[in-house]
Amino acid sequence: VLVSIISSPPQNYPLYIRSVPTENELKFHYTVHTSLDVVDEKISAMGKALVDQRELYLGLLYPTEDYKVYGYVTNSKVKFVMVVDSSNTALRDNEIRSMFRKLHNSYTDIMCNPFYNPGDRIHSRAFDNMVNSMMMQVC
Amino acid sequence: MEQGPAGGSAGGGGGGGLLLPLSESEQQRYSELFSRCCPPPEAAAGGSSVGELFRASQLPPDTLHQITEVCGAKRVGYFGPAQFYIALKLIAAAQSGFPVRIESIKNELPLPRFMALKNDSEVRYGTTAELHGVKFQVPHATLEKNSYKRTDEGDKQEPKSPPMSPICSPPASPSTYQRVPLSYGYGKSRSGLEQQHGAPYEVRHSAHQQDGPSSGNYATKPALTCSTLNRSLSAEREQQDSSTSYSDDPWRITEEQRDYYINQFRSLQPDLNSFISGSVAKNFFTKSKLPIPELSHIWELCDVDCDGALTLPEFCAAFHLVVARKNGYQLPETLPETLLPEYLQAASLKPMRDCALFDSYSESLPGGQHTRDFSRTEASAEEIPDNSALLQDAKKDDKQALKVSTALKMIPKEFQHLTVKTAAQESNALKARPRSRSYSSTSIEDAMKKGEEPPTPPPRPQKSHSRASSLDLNKIFQQNTQAVRSGWLPPPPPALPPRPSVSQTEQPSEVELHPQTNRPPSQAEENSAAKKEVVLAQPPSKPTRRKLRTEAQGLETPELSPTINVTSSLPTVKPHLPVQKQSSKQKRAIQTAIRKNKEANAVLARLNSELQQQLKEVHKERIALETQLEQLRPVTVL
Repeated sequence: VLVSIISSPPQNYPLYIRSVPTENELKFHYTVHTSLDVVDEKISAMGKALVDQRELYLGLLYPTEDYKVYGYVTNSKVKFVMVVDSSNTALRDNEIRSMFRKLHNSYTDIMCNPFYNPGDRIHSRAFDNMVNSMMMQVC
Repeated sequence: MEQGPAGGSAGGGGGGGLLLPLSESEQQRYSELFSRCCPPPEAAAGGSSVGELFRASQLPPDTLHQITEVCGAKRVGYFGPAQFYIALKLIAAAQSGFPVRIESIKNELPLPRFMALKNDSEVRYGTTAELHGVKFQVPHATLEKNSYKRTDEGDKQEPKSPPMSPICSPPASPSTYQRVPLSYGYGKSRSGLEQQHGAPYEVRHSAHQQDGPSSGNYATKPALTCSTLNRSLSAEREQQDSSTSYSDDPWRITEEQRDYYINQFRSLQPDLNSFISGSVAKNFFTKSKLPIPELSHIWELCDVDCDGALTLPEFCAAFHLVVARKNGYQLPETLPETLLPEYLQAASLKPMRDCALFDSYSESLPGGQHTRDFSRTEASAEEIPDNSALLQDAKKDDKQALKVSTALKMIPKEFQHLTVKTAAQESNALKARPRSRSYSSTSIEDAMKKGEEPPTPPPRPQKSHSRASSLDLNKIFQQNTQAVRSGWLPPPPPALPPRPSVSQTEQPSEVELHPQTNRPPSQAEENSAAKKEVVLAQPPSKPTRRKLRTEAQGLETPELSPTINVTSSLPTVKPHLPVQKQSSKQKRAIQTAIRKNKEANAVLARLNSELQQQLKEVHKERIALETQLEQLRPVTVL
């Protein structure tokens, strides 16, 4: 399971990447990177109204052999990407949604911190703790 | 152990001609105390430690003062062994109800029992001091007044010592945070001056003289009583041990710290019930020169409601964490319980109440203190008790500050923040003892304040012409020009625009500007007007000119905008015109200038009304003439 937050375009660099099984991390990174294209595609497909909460959740981006990739975009075009094992069939869509919601809430909390400059890598310990706990739940 | 009155002079040192019989235990105790108060190489006890000791005797400050006088320390200027021992004896005498006089000491001779009492109390102190390393809540309970934190703080207070001791090393702290060590340093400087404020509340501050550790230990509610002897003894112990063994968390905020934080909060945000925005807090905490990630972490911990703003308890917690970090503590992963906003808010209630008692006490004392020799220091040292008094009158302060600040709204912004501060200072000065305005940055602000404070707020907006006049009048002028352009046909508007410049006349420099600016626009409007209007403007203006000539001593130039002439002549006319803009920045000059301004304002207002009257008449004439001209015109055209 991997969670990643990608900054807003045009930079599109990861603000935060965390995965639980730390092996094959590079593969996950690559997956996230490739999924960005899919995310952009979905965003552009939406066109006009992007402010709907429903549309923030992009759903399953694409399933590969081993894992599924889920996407979520905020109003400021910051993308959350989550990669989960396909073997984890117990994960339902709602759970993914709720996980993204939690991520989004934590992300806004980070934004509230005046010492955080948007665009910096996220080093918040509270955020790490939240993500870790979330990932533990999934695995 | 205790013998009869042992012969011998006052133990140790020259007895100054007074034979002071001391029992064995007395001698032991006295010498022990003396050596504590006075590092061996010196011959005299430091005033601070002695003061501590005396206050620990729980005698009223008057008595202590008397004792110091009687024992001769005041005379010789220091606490030599003799003076010290005498003083101790006098303290014992006072404690047993004897008047504080030299004779009292002699009275002790036949009453060894009395000495025992004192020894007992001291022994109690001593044993508690010995128990210091372990637990001393019980003696604290007997010594101290009720404090809600006491029982669990007995241990927790001790670990405060490590954070405090680094604080007392000023060089380590950055400039703004110098204030924290400085606040302790104030205590030190006061000690150097042999202060005896005596008020239990201020005991807390003097406790800091003992080197932060002790104060950290006891600076809260225990400080409300006079267990400073305990503190002094344990402080010595701390110095000797220099061990930073703390089993409890250093995350408790002491009263002194809390006061300091609250004052800092107030400097950022006068309303204690409101909050500090993120950017303001960021700038403030960045000054502490902690690395940004750490500050970010502190923020995360403290902003529990995650709203991007810090309320007062959040701010205190954040500040405390910063202080702790600067003193070498690792930041916790989660906010300690003692720093939670709910906890801090609950905590803030009780000390305030206790403060109320002792502030009133301390404030009633200063009157008596003033006459004393060594009860005065610089204003800065008095700020601390004043600030504590501030706490009490925080609401009053805020209201006053708000009142003043709202009244000061008209005043240009460059003075506003300073005037609010000086307003706060003034209110303090009114309330508490008089003290120098250490905060007022320039004398101008003082002058402004003095000039503005006495009059009631309502008149003030009118008075704002001194600086903002150009702005106000520009606005008025623009309004009128717009009125001109919009409502062209009615005769009055064209004549109006120059009128406001009458009130400009208080500023000769601005007058030069404004008539000039008046001239082109009014010329423009005149030009844009129909010619007949212009012509019509001429005849009525002539009587105006003539009329005003009688008043004006000045020049009349046959210009297209005679009214402009009126206004331009008016400045030269006014005999009362103060020339203040070019005046020097001296306080007196400004005050006189302000007064002159006011007079000028009044005069000009009167003149304004008169001229308005004339204007009306002139307009009537003009209308009459215009109608006449209309009647005549067909005739002339033909």
